[in-house]
Amino acid sequence: MKNTVFELIKNKQIAKNTYESVLRGDISDIKAGQFVNIKIDGFYLRRPISVCNVENEELTIIYKVVGAGTKVMAEMKQGTRLNVLTGLGNGYDLSKSGEKPLLVGGGAGVPPMYLLCRQLVKLGKTPSVILGFGSENEVFYEEEFQKLGAKVYVTTVDGSYGIKGFVTDAFDKVEYTYFYTCGPEPMLKAVYDKSVTSGEFSFEERMGCGFGACMGCSCKTKYGNKRICKDGPVLVKEEIIW
Amino acid sequence: MVNTKVKLCGIEIDNPVIPASGTFGFGYEFAEIYDINKLGTFSFKGTTKDPRFGNPTPRIAETPMGMLNSVGLQNPGVDKVIAEELPKLAKVFNKPVMANVSGFSIDDYAYTCERIDKEAQVGWIEVNISCPNVHGGGMSFGTDAKNAAAVTKAVKAVTTKPIIIKLTPNVTDIAEIARAVESEGADGVSLINTLSGMRISLAKKKPILKNVTGGLSGPCVFPVALRCVWQVYNAVKIPIVGMGGVSSAEDVIEMMLAGATAVEVGAANLIDPYACKKIIDDFAQVMEKYHINSLEEIIGGAH
Repeated sequence: MKNTVFELIKNKQIAKNTYESVLRGDISDIKAGQFVNIKIDGFYLRRPISVCNVENEELTIIYKVVGAGTKVMAEMKQGTRLNVLTGLGNGYDLSKSGEKPLLVGGGAGVPPMYLLCRQLVKLGKTPSVILGFGSENEVFYEEEFQKLGAKVYVTTVDGSYGIKGFVTDAFDKVEYTYFYTCGPEPMLKAVYDKSVTSGEFSFEERMGCGFGACMGCSCKTKYGNKRICKDGPVLVKEEIIW
Repeated sequence: MVNTKVKLCGIEIDNPVIPASGTFGFGYEFAEIYDINKLGTFSFKGTTKDPRFGNPTPRIAETPMGMLNSVGLQNPGVDKVIAEELPKLAKVFNKPVMANVSGFSIDDYAYTCERIDKEAQVGWIEVNISCPNVHGGGMSFGTDAKNAAAVTKAVKAVTTKPIIIKLTPNVTDIAEIARAVESEGADGVSLINTLSGMRISLAKKKPILKNVTGGLSGPCVFPVALRCVWQVYNAVKIPIVGMGGVSSAEDVIEMMLAGATAVEVGAANLIDPYACKKIIDDFAQVMEKYHINSLEEIIGGAH
């Protein structure tokens, strides 16, 4: 964990209610699947946001405006300085991927797949990516994943773009050795049921601190009680209790 | 050179800053980022006789200038705390630590306190008779003078270390409870525990906390905490550990002027993991500004 100040250098809307922010600061020790916890003026608790990318001293996050805090974030101007805790959570284990990892992101669960995909490609793997959204106006980052060299499938619930249905409706098109997923809990459960290999799931929970001190976000697993913020947010398929 | 040393129930501590139970775990998360030996001491995660998962999630909600929690005393149980947590703690903290104990019956309290009392590193035992989160448990002891006194008596009978009874503010007259525990031999009192509260999600039209209610903490409770410390100082002779929304060196001094001998810092640790370190580092400058040479000399100074 590190506590440093980042400067906002870009903040733009990329899809319906969805914003991409680029922050400049100390990105050392940030791993794929981890999150950062951002202090926002006027709010007591920090906002935990997953890491989308880190490159050249820049941290990219993508977030959905869901409440008052993220609304303020969406309106932040370039040059805003933000107090950020980085290096939070366990992150994904890239060593388990095999040659053909499958990455499955749904909505606000898409961003953490990006850094993971980039790093897997760098390791010489050939990842496939399934991105799930509600509707066409919510779709983002399809091209970004394609530019990394991944085979990308997009699903929309209403069928307005790509494959009609849920992320699991694209599973049959893909051959995979292992999978990584992040998204709303019903989607994670569907991926759990549909998947035929082992894999890793990134969970979300309301957090107090984000670094393991308050026990606010605990969950039960087959391997004992875990704190989503510190022992997670990534859990392996074999330990999950639904 | 300013003097920040205070004596809490016969044990001198380098400064009055004590991270509050439930916001500091067993210290390791914080020891990763600063030397926690800088602290006066800290009150470790509330420990019960048996292991507890606590309440179902969500168990955190935000409020204006504060937060609600309904963690519900998640802890590995006293046996594991003694066997696993305390040896690990000893590697990162070399001062007497404050043990925090909760229970659901008088026998529970006595059992857990008796066991934890034998641990060499334990300097004080803070007995939580006020956690508002546990159904049918803690609440009843802290809100009734007779029950509060009964827990104190039972715990005092089986321990040798100073016993600090942690009081709830969710009562009509906190001074009455403080007098009751003093009369049964409590060596100190700490206050306030969290205030009972709740939030409702407009999107879901349901309470945010799965437990419905939770404990309010953070800067929003500071004036309530200060008032309670003031009233209890007028009512008892034993030392008071003040807490509730303390976030700065100025807040610590205000608490001490109201009557606190030492001051616990809770929610602030969760927002800023360096909160206690910063408070301690700020003492010299803030004390100089207000012409204070020794913190011990200002205890109850506003009365």
